[in-house]
Amino acid sequence: MMFKHLHLQLGSRFLAVLVACLGIAGTAAAAGGGALHDRADVDVSNVASLQRGARNFVNFCLGCHSAQYVRYNRLAQDLQITEQQLIENLMFAAEKPQETMTIAMRGDDAVRWFGTSAPDLSLIARNRGADYLYNFLRAFYVDPSRPTGVNNLMLANAAMPHVLWELQGVNEAVFEDETDAEGVSHKVFREFRQVTPGRLSAEEYEQFVGDLVNFLVYIGEPMQLERQRLGIWVLAFLLVFGILSYLLKQEIWKDVK
Amino acid sequence: MSAARSGTAVANGRFARLIDWVDERFPLTSMLKEHATEYYAARNFNAWYVFGVLAMVVLVIQLVTGIFLTMSYKPSAEHAFASVEYIMRDVEWGWLIRYMHSTGASAFFVVVYLHMFRALLYGSYKAPRELLWLIGMVIYMALMAEAFLGYLLPWGQMSYWGAQVIVSLFGAVPGIGEGLVEWIRGDYFISDITLNRFFALHVAAVPLVLIMLVVMHILALHETGSLNPDGIEIKQYKDSRGIPLDGIAFHPYYTAKDLVAIVIFLALFSAVVFFAPEMGGYFLEHANFEPANMLKTPEHIAPVWYFTPFYAILRAVPSKGWGAFLMVAAIALLFFLPWLDRCRVKSIRYRGMTYKVALGAFVVSFLALGYLGLQPATPTAVVAARFFTAIYFAFFLLMPFYTLAERTKPVPERVVYHAHK
Amino acid sequence: MSEEADLSRRHFLTVATSVAGGVGVVLAAVPFVASFKPSARAQAMGGPVQVDIRKLEDGAMIRVVWRGRPVWILRRTEDMLQRLASQTVELRDADSNESEQPEYAKNALRSIKPDILVVVGTCTHLGCAPIERFDVGPADLGADWVGGFFCPCHGSKFDLAGRVFAGVPAPTNLAIPPYRFVGDSLVLIGDDTGASA
Repeated sequence: MMFKHLHLQLGSRFLAVLVACLGIAGTAAAAGGGALHDRADVDVSNVASLQRGARNFVNFCLGCHSAQYVRYNRLAQDLQITEQQLIENLMFAAEKPQETMTIAMRGDDAVRWFGTSAPDLSLIARNRGADYLYNFLRAFYVDPSRPTGVNNLMLANAAMPHVLWELQGVNEAVFEDETDAEGVSHKVFREFRQVTPGRLSAEEYEQFVGDLVNFLVYIGEPMQLERQRLGIWVLAFLLVFGILSYLLKQEIWKDVK
Repeated sequence: MSAARSGTAVANGRFARLIDWVDERFPLTSMLKEHATEYYAARNFNAWYVFGVLAMVVLVIQLVTGIFLTMSYKPSAEHAFASVEYIMRDVEWGWLIRYMHSTGASAFFVVVYLHMFRALLYGSYKAPRELLWLIGMVIYMALMAEAFLGYLLPWGQMSYWGAQVIVSLFGAVPGIGEGLVEWIRGDYFISDITLNRFFALHVAAVPLVLIMLVVMHILALHETGSLNPDGIEIKQYKDSRGIPLDGIAFHPYYTAKDLVAIVIFLALFSAVVFFAPEMGGYFLEHANFEPANMLKTPEHIAPVWYFTPFYAILRAVPSKGWGAFLMVAAIALLFFLPWLDRCRVKSIRYRGMTYKVALGAFVVSFLALGYLGLQPATPTAVVAARFFTAIYFAFFLLMPFYTLAERTKPVPERVVYHAHK
Repeated sequence: MSEEADLSRRHFLTVATSVAGGVGVVLAAVPFVASFKPSARAQAMGGPVQVDIRKLEDGAMIRVVWRGRPVWILRRTEDMLQRLASQTVELRDADSNESEQPEYAKNALRSIKPDILVVVGTCTHLGCAPIERFDVGPADLGADWVGGFFCPCHGSKFDLAGRVFAGVPAPTNLAIPPYRFVGDSLVLIGDDTGASA
């Protein structure tokens, strides 16, 4: 009975958060005024990068976000690591290598509620695109008006705190007033200025985020390399078959005058 | 040597006896003759004539992959999205089967649109082929229903909100609209119940109808005989055995030719399946990689590309009722084509400039509407959509007039064909 | 001349195209046939089951499920083992030649360790679940019953090593699944890498 009550309470609280987010989404465009437009350097055949990305993901994302469709043993196989390495380095949230990257088993109900409000990341790269993720993770800036103390240039009033601030350091966003043709003044983003250095240099942080995004692209479609490898063979076969059938057709059509 | 030869002869004799045995009980040989070895088609078919066969190939691909997908898919709001990812990741080769099915859906419309355009080019819908055209149009409508029903099944954001928008359209039916929408959904919103019934319709009801219609389409075609790029009835000139002078047997001549087309098609199809299954978000939309969320509409909803011409017409009208009416009318007018076109000449080769210009304008407006339907409805886009909607309807509604006044060229007696050197 | 039908060329091309097409159809069928195999999820769920036997008392039995089959783990007492060694009933497959078990369990006690019996609890006759009857000489099973498993469906009897009696419907001994011990406290059912008696 007590449980049910708690559940209801959390349910309505969750709903309130959700409704708040919806309201915020409406004003997102107004608060914008700039974005990063860098391209992520994605290469899912770079196993070393994927391994680093997997480590980054497990250490910094898997606390709140699941990747519920991704199996650890599949990861080990594709990332060319042994089961022992897998268990020691990546499996903090699971018991068996064949499990998926879920987080639902941890914590009490409250954590579970806020956990579900952090989206599952299995398909985030296919949903939002690698470039967006690459820019999003580098676009946090100080904003005391936000409950998390930070805002994001790519997703205004993002609910997500800057989990990686210790690595990146803390940035300030510099906005300038600009007047458009109709005489309306806008705040336009100019640049980020670091106010507190992080543990990583700017290049190291970009590499860190790049590896992470690379990993997210991989888990979005773990079979993508296999798919392309097989595609070459299928097309090669169809080429041979096509030549044969064309020659046959030409031969048979000699009858038709 | 001679022993081997007589061995072959014995085997052939046995095979012939088996065929005789079957023929006494089932019209196997006579069916093969009627529809293949003694079905005569004009010798001058060009590349436009391969799309019917290709549509059959896609139908087979969709049926086979679809059956295998149902083995792992779960038609429930709770499990549908996850079961698709289960197919993509956990089922051995599941990703290939799923990509073939999702690519097949778009491929179906590519070949069917080209097949229909061929009919517009060479007058394939004209007497005595009106029923053939009407059956084909019903196939096209069944195909649209099949695609729409299937699109809900992955239960992603686009699935959900696409279905929401299209189902709401039925609310525009005067008088019974709201009740009709509830009846279709079986609920007060697009829910698990809706998903479950869409699944049943998508995997059983509509495919059965489609297969039956395709058989009827082929029977109707073989009754009248295929037309050709010259728009001439080859049955007018027959030799002493009753074989059209300009005809050649479907098998082996067109089977061999179609095989080449099928391989080329399969190569293009494979290129998409293996190297670009999302096709830049047109075949698999990015927003559909997020599970359905009834509290959050995606920022920009567009139907899949094959519906966008009609969607653009819908949006071009500032009234729900009239928008829906025009959208339905845009499809319905196609049914009347055999009676709207009053020109006696069938093939565009010998038709007047007015029809050529009209057809060109129609194609441009159809493509333009397709493009506009994919874009956000900005004021400029809406004005453009209205312009092309007007052309689209003018093509049909003015057809009885401009086709009657057409200055045609003389049609030759026999088909024009130059043998390959 | 080049326009005349060349029958041998035509024959060759027909055969070659048919063969290539046949190969294509067979290759295209492979993914569909292979998709019937147990999926990664089925394999994950059918993975080894780890059982802690530290709290399993002498003479007690626990049941676990592995790949949808009931698996029994029985810790046989010294007394049970003695009775098993001295039983006089006739067994149909005393040496387990006809029965399903890993090589390391093909011995008189049908186990890796003498006391721990790991056995699939499904009657080899028609799949009923036998019940454990560890009592000696009960009225319903006769004076020579020294403990074992009795199937209520059709009266098949098995001894404390899961071996089937002669003259009952069940054709073979109860099956032994692959398993191994991890230390003294854990049994891993379904994984026998490196296991031996």
